[in-house]
Amino acid sequence: MNRYSAFGLLWGALNGQKHWQPAWRDPEPKSHYDIIIIGGGGHGLATAYYLAKVHGLRNIAVLEKGWIGGGNTGRNTTIVRSNYRLKPLHDLFEFGLKLWHNLSDELNYNVMFSPRGAMFLGHSDADMVKLAERGDAMRCDGIDADLMTRDEVAKLEPLLDMSRSARFPIEGGLIQRRGGTARHDAVAWGYARGADSFGVDIIQKCEVTGFVREGDAVVGVETTRGRIGAGRVGICVAGHSGHVAGLAGLKLPVESQTLQAMVTEGVKPMINSVIMSQSLHCYISQSDKGGIVFGGDPDNWPSYAQRGHPMVMEGAIAQGLALVPALSRLRMVRTWSGVTDMSFDGSPIIGETPVRNLYLNGGWCYGGFKATPASGWTYAHTLATGSAHPLNAPFSLERFMTGATIDETGTGPMPNSR
Amino acid sequence: MMQIICPHCGPRAQTEFVYERTVDSVAPVSACNEEAMQTLFTRGNPRGVDDEIWRHTFGCRAWMVVTRHRVTNEISNIRAVGPEALP
Repeated sequence: MNRYSAFGLLWGALNGQKHWQPAWRDPEPKSHYDIIIIGGGGHGLATAYYLAKVHGLRNIAVLEKGWIGGGNTGRNTTIVRSNYRLKPLHDLFEFGLKLWHNLSDELNYNVMFSPRGAMFLGHSDADMVKLAERGDAMRCDGIDADLMTRDEVAKLEPLLDMSRSARFPIEGGLIQRRGGTARHDAVAWGYARGADSFGVDIIQKCEVTGFVREGDAVVGVETTRGRIGAGRVGICVAGHSGHVAGLAGLKLPVESQTLQAMVTEGVKPMINSVIMSQSLHCYISQSDKGGIVFGGDPDNWPSYAQRGHPMVMEGAIAQGLALVPALSRLRMVRTWSGVTDMSFDGSPIIGETPVRNLYLNGGWCYGGFKATPASGWTYAHTLATGSAHPLNAPFSLERFMTGATIDETGTGPMPNSR
Repeated sequence: MMQIICPHCGPRAQTEFVYERTVDSVAPVSACNEEAMQTLFTRGNPRGVDDEIWRHTFGCRAWMVVTRHRVTNEISNIRAVGPEALP
């Protein structure tokens, strides 16, 4: 692998940029791999990378039906944070956040991680009590959290509507200063390049159409590019978890829904942090290119269509404009959506399935991007050893049957508290 | 946005309706614990056609079963449920 460096750029400038090479190979699938990962998004590629780097495995393939990073990795709002309420979520996401802080160095690829602060707004006394409780829980687990007064919020984000007559009055906030945003595509590309350099085969345009079974075990996959044998198979397909697991005869505790996001034209810096409101469910941040990135609620009904409905978009934009009225002057340039696998306690599923040699990493709801490094790290452990990593042990598939759900929002057997 | 034909009110905008859950996730009252958990906590979640329970919440408030394709959003059938659907 060609190492990227400032010196390399300078050398290229003097030599007509002739030194560039493809960042990863485009290999033909082999007939057998020790481990096959289905899904070439950030999570799948990170899993392959850590399988090679941490566990020393080499005979690994990542199968992607489209192109890598073309699913939810390229469709999220790029927010990175670990400001959850429950301990298993703290442990997993905080582990990930620590990996984020060093990820560009680790991958020798600039993922443009920008810890600009992730701030929840509080709109009432009750909201502030809830935020204080969340902040306390975070600090008890060693995660940074600061409760903010109204004045502190106004100082950090001068364009928020702080008037008493605002549609959503702002009473204060809770900020995690180590949270922020990253360049989503670069995460997929960086992990792909890193994994490829260890000899991992990244096979694009290769859709899995079925599983090859021997007794109660999976021994390979049927794909649009032929049958490929495997020692272990890991599903890592986000919104299509239910579909792919269904090919193995499994019914999962997930429902696929569409989550939309949108971005405005680029403008000079006007949003300094990541502004989030959980009471409203709205996220606003500014990309490094200057566009204001919006996100809101999922379309609250099942869908595999990678396009959303304007009525939901309107809701997110109405909230955003009420919070930051100046945004009304901007033109929206793009909207898009991804398919998210909404689990029934709002937490992910990482671990074994009832089918031998078949593993699952899914159910990330609308919060998977921030977990990419932690998800890859722990899933790699599970795929390499066949057993749970301490961080993903609470996130087993059985928890829905045993009642040990990690139910941060108290949803019961429904995705996305309604 | 979809247009949903309410069995009682006729064609209405989707904004008047709320999705509840799929038909296969309604556990019968007689179900044993394991069966009830299995029914409540898993979904077929097909990338295709499924039967879904919707409610005309901001209209006549009646429940109905909508048979819908999850990629194309095409609705192939809608039928009323509940006492009002009895003969």
